[in-house]
Amino acid sequence: MATELIRAVINGILGGGVYALMAVGLTLIFGVLDIINIAQGVMVVLGAYLSYALSVHLHIDLFVGLLITIPAMFLIGVTVQWAFIRPLRGSERTSMSLLASYAVAIVIEGFLYLAFGPNFVTLNASYVTQSVHLLGFYLPDIEIYGFAMAVALVAALYAILYRTRFGQSVRATMQDRTAAILVGIDVNRVSALTYGIGVAVTAAGGMIFGASGGGFNPNSGYDLISRLLALIILAGLGSIGGALVASVFMLTVESIVDIWQPTWSVAVFYAALVIVLMVKPTGLFGRQAVRAQ
Amino acid sequence: MRSHRARFLSIGIASAVLTAMLAACSSGSSSSSSPPATKSPILIGASLSMSGDFSADGQAFLKGYELWVQDVNAAGGLLGRQVKLVWLPDDSQVTTVTNNYNKLISVDHVNLLFGPFSSTLTAPAEQVAARNGFAFIEGAGGSPAVFSSPANVADHNLFDVSLPIEDTLAPFAQYLASLPASQRPKTAAYPMADDIFGYPPVQVAQGIMSKAGITTVYSHIFPEEVPDYAPAADNVAAKHPDVVVLGSTDVPTVAAFMKAFQQQHFVPKYFACAAGPDQGTAFTSVVGVGNADGMMVPNGWYPGSTNPQSQTMVAEYIAKYGGTASGVNADVAEAYSVGEVAAQAITATNGTVNAKIMSYLHSGVTMSSVQGPVKFDSLGRNGDLTAYMFQWQNGKFVQVLPIGAAGTVKLLAPKPAWTSG
Repeated sequence: MATELIRAVINGILGGGVYALMAVGLTLIFGVLDIINIAQGVMVVLGAYLSYALSVHLHIDLFVGLLITIPAMFLIGVTVQWAFIRPLRGSERTSMSLLASYAVAIVIEGFLYLAFGPNFVTLNASYVTQSVHLLGFYLPDIEIYGFAMAVALVAALYAILYRTRFGQSVRATMQDRTAAILVGIDVNRVSALTYGIGVAVTAAGGMIFGASGGGFNPNSGYDLISRLLALIILAGLGSIGGALVASVFMLTVESIVDIWQPTWSVAVFYAALVIVLMVKPTGLFGRQAVRAQ
Repeated sequence: MRSHRARFLSIGIASAVLTAMLAACSSGSSSSSSPPATKSPILIGASLSMSGDFSADGQAFLKGYELWVQDVNAAGGLLGRQVKLVWLPDDSQVTTVTNNYNKLISVDHVNLLFGPFSSTLTAPAEQVAARNGFAFIEGAGGSPAVFSSPANVADHNLFDVSLPIEDTLAPFAQYLASLPASQRPKTAAYPMADDIFGYPPVQVAQGIMSKAGITTVYSHIFPEEVPDYAPAADNVAAKHPDVVVLGSTDVPTVAAFMKAFQQQHFVPKYFACAAGPDQGTAFTSVVGVGNADGMMVPNGWYPGSTNPQSQTMVAEYIAKYGGTASGVNADVAEAYSVGEVAAQAITATNGTVNAKIMSYLHSGVTMSSVQGPVKFDSLGRNGDLTAYMFQWQNGKFVQVLPIGAAGTVKLLAPKPAWTSG
């Protein structure tokens, strides 16, 4: 039993890293723009497909390919924000953003079906199926890399937010959009760049998602988005580091329940969210805590 | 200025001429001496998944249906009438499939209905058909829950041309149980997707194997909607079972377990799945041809079948869609068989009256299809198909059970080690 519990914790930590990569962009976008990007799940799949195309057609390694897919997804994010999100105005902006981002998701999914068809594909590389043997446990290489990348990207985002002028502008916009405008911050530019960064991070999440699972097709994003939303709500909307902590926590809880009753793991996943919100409605690292930094 | 009488007279003459013209047209279309092109086509309605969880299977089903329509029309149609497939996309959603069949019946006025892909979608669709007095011929709804649905029990309108799924893994389980004690596997794991297609056959297999003394070391149903199966797969691998019988419904589930097993350096001696490895190149392109070796799956059909109808269909499929025989998805044969059975019923009853078709299909008649003989019991199960077990060996999909059956080759065991592709 102890062995199974340790394995579950390891699965939770490594799996949490994979989900953090996918959730960090979502919470960053909400923190700055106050919009919920329903297209995040499809963006993950888009990132996976971009890695797939580079790998299959140009034989570029999955990690090397990130040098191309991350900037590409950044440009896609900036374009989407400019075309679909920026025009939204008024008190209904947040709820309208749900519709707008859902429309974006449908469009991207349709494009992916046209380009790649409905059959499942997967990302392949030698390290995708290899693992490290440590203290009697096999730790998949791809998940170790995913966790390391999640930590690195969270650290990089923190560095951007707290060590750069742009980051200052982002934090100011998160704290008070109107005040940021009044002090001369170009909030449109900040919003566009932040959305772009949020989507760019998703490229990394998509690559790890595509490599670590059993296959994906254009429809795979819908299974993800409900879990990603739950994770960022648990973390506290807008909390980047919280997204990593919440992902590890939830995936560990799920893995532990999986030992005894896998059918309960999904229910426990969402029950844990409800319980935490009942105790701390703003999430583990709620927005007030973020804005106080 | 024309008088009122003249005006009414001209209107009356025009109406009479028009009526006569219409009468001539309608009598021409129903006359048996008219050329086939003037007869109204037989409309067959279907809901198919072009997106969503079943999109790959839905597309294969569409190919099967369209191939059959092409063949039937090339041979002159049915009863002198061309066949036209009217299909709607359902996004693999239950509510959409229900709406689709309502539309096909009430708006498109189809003559006959063909089933969608999967037991999950077949069950609600069949209820719509039953409410409207339609026969429901399908090829991918073989779960016990589909046959025992209240609508089918009341109206007996469901006809599944394929193998009922409950007993599909029984030949495999019986084979293991029949091995001498020294060769028989000692332990088995039974991970099952939470789906009405996923767990019934595995539970039947578990019953047979447990009675034969094969110890169960893992038996759990896992949620299918979770995009990450690694925890369940890792828990199975940790038990090191000799046999893994996976209650899968699609390729990603099987591929996820295979990947996790490879990462955990675990290779079961026998690895059988309820579904997934029968998807041809849709399976091998994801897991790799080398890793596919040894993977087993049950089915009532495979591309190498010596059935002449099947061989013709496979050749036509390759001519139309390309690829190789091993790459032909089993869904294509299931869909094609639906068409074949419908054609035989329409011809035998000399029309498209659904009540007559249902009576005919329940009459105990044995029909033929690319999958083999078709004979329905009172709940629409095809009990005449044999459950075969297939296995990937050196890139080929071959029949390995029942032992001694025509076309059976030696079962590859233990499963070869994982490869890099």
